[in-house]
Amino acid sequence: MSRDAKNLLKGLAFLSPWLVGFAAFTLIPIALSLYYSFCNYSLVQSPLFCGWDNYRQLMHDDVFWLVLRNTFLYAAMALPGGLIFALLLALLLNQKVPGQSIFRTVVFIPSLVPTIASAALWLWLLNQKLGLVNLVLGTIGIHGPGWLTDTRWVLPGLALMSIWACGNTVVIYLAGLQDVPRELYEAAELDGAGPLRRLWHVTLPMLSPVIFFNLVIAIIGVLQVFDAPYLMTQGGPNRASYFFTYYLYDSGFTYLRMGYASAMGWIQLLIVLAMTGLAFWSSKKWVYYQGK
Amino acid sequence: MEKSVKRVRGAGVILTYAALLLAGGLMVLPFLWLISTSLKTVPQTMEYPPRWIPNPVMLKNFSDVLRNPRANFALWTRNTLIIAALTVTGVTFSSSIVAYGFARLKFPGRGFLFGLMLSTMMIPFPVLMVPLYTIFRWLGDHTGIQWLGTFRPLWVPAWFGSAFSIFMLRQFFVTIPDELSEAARIDGCSEWGIYWHIIMPLSRPALSVVALFTFMYVWRDFLGPLVYLQRASQFTLTLGLQSFQSQNGGTSWNLLMAASLLVIAPVILLFFLAQRTFIQGIATTGMKG
Repeated sequence: MSRDAKNLLKGLAFLSPWLVGFAAFTLIPIALSLYYSFCNYSLVQSPLFCGWDNYRQLMHDDVFWLVLRNTFLYAAMALPGGLIFALLLALLLNQKVPGQSIFRTVVFIPSLVPTIASAALWLWLLNQKLGLVNLVLGTIGIHGPGWLTDTRWVLPGLALMSIWACGNTVVIYLAGLQDVPRELYEAAELDGAGPLRRLWHVTLPMLSPVIFFNLVIAIIGVLQVFDAPYLMTQGGPNRASYFFTYYLYDSGFTYLRMGYASAMGWIQLLIVLAMTGLAFWSSKKWVYYQGK
Repeated sequence: MEKSVKRVRGAGVILTYAALLLAGGLMVLPFLWLISTSLKTVPQTMEYPPRWIPNPVMLKNFSDVLRNPRANFALWTRNTLIIAALTVTGVTFSSSIVAYGFARLKFPGRGFLFGLMLSTMMIPFPVLMVPLYTIFRWLGDHTGIQWLGTFRPLWVPAWFGSAFSIFMLRQFFVTIPDELSEAARIDGCSEWGIYWHIIMPLSRPALSVVALFTFMYVWRDFLGPLVYLQRASQFTLTLGLQSFQSQNGGTSWNLLMAASLLVIAPVILLFFLAQRTFIQGIATTGMKG
């Protein structure tokens, strides 16, 4: 046997767990899902080919458009809100002051809390009459809304909860901040750049790959939001927090429309790909890679 | 902290502290509220304005939750720990084998397969949820071994590696000097021997990151158990807490908060025990690979 063939066999032997797993738990399911998406499939009977019916129905399904709208509205609040708030926190936590490690711990811990627990907690925090959020708002003279009971406020309420748990993002930013070469700040300071200009001309460009990484992770995550609305509002009030993945779950496992759910799955995959692609494409204009 | 680093001075320090206190306060307040409520009586939770220090301190709330006939915390914890143990062992073991192949062996097609593996991380779980369900159902109908309604769909896939863990371990394995492997090869050590006797013992920090993250994933997972588990006797903590919550919906906030605290506490304890592993692990994921 040639050396190349031997190496290949050795390599594939070590990769074999993943190769089998990839085929069984990713490739076959993805292919099946594509097939189901063109079928009428209720689990009780075997899949019945129906062409583009599911996709055509989706296009005329008001609920589908509603969950799409809700998901994107929520993303428009939670995504930039979380990324910017996390960046501000990271900049703050990167200052060299005594006791900083305590603050870092405090900021990180909310991201550890399982959604099931944070859902219960925030259900209580956002309670209209007795919740802490409205009590705090009350002390500065603001009459807080019924966060989870008012169709206009449920998405901001859920976004607020997701922003509270942004510790992961903060840690990734912090690691990035610590990689920025000191010399750049010193040079900028010598040139007379104040803190804001150093932030704008040194920190942000050097941090842009990390910001980009966090953006991509956030895009993939935000389309999958399920736990919080399922546990806290059951998609309500009046379906105002009914999200994409929630409707997909209901289509498949509540209404047993596996074909319909699969078609939604494929649309979700395409949206994720398109948004990530868009992020990659735009990144050429705003992400700065050192040494390239 | 490096001594040479110029520290923030004067008004800067005060401003920084003010901002830090504000931010830290916002993050911590919900927890204090959680603890405070979990120790209150029901009428006290309804008081307006509320008081932060409960009087009397109802430690009894916790035993009420634990002894509640509709909440079987011991069983839910046991179920979660069984799934976690099987998943953590499986992910750590299989991912390290695959990561070894990606990091320490040279063969045609390696780059392509690595890229393929990374791209699978972008596939949202909801997309796979429906077909996986039908696959597990089919397996149950055709092999005589039931999958749905058992723990199997939750832990068996873990034994085939997880893309995220393989990536993490691979990043670590490539930093181990090649000379170590070469020397062992000259001594006639097999590839498996190098993996098991040289690379694995050197990789404890990375392996613990993977184990820890996997454990956290299982502890938090809700959608997976929701789809695959059917009977209350199999519920994990997250599913159990949900059933407890929907039975007590909105009525007794004190018990709900006590139950939530019981689920959060182990995670926070774990964080304090393994703080460094956590932070380093997350920081690595953000590094340009």
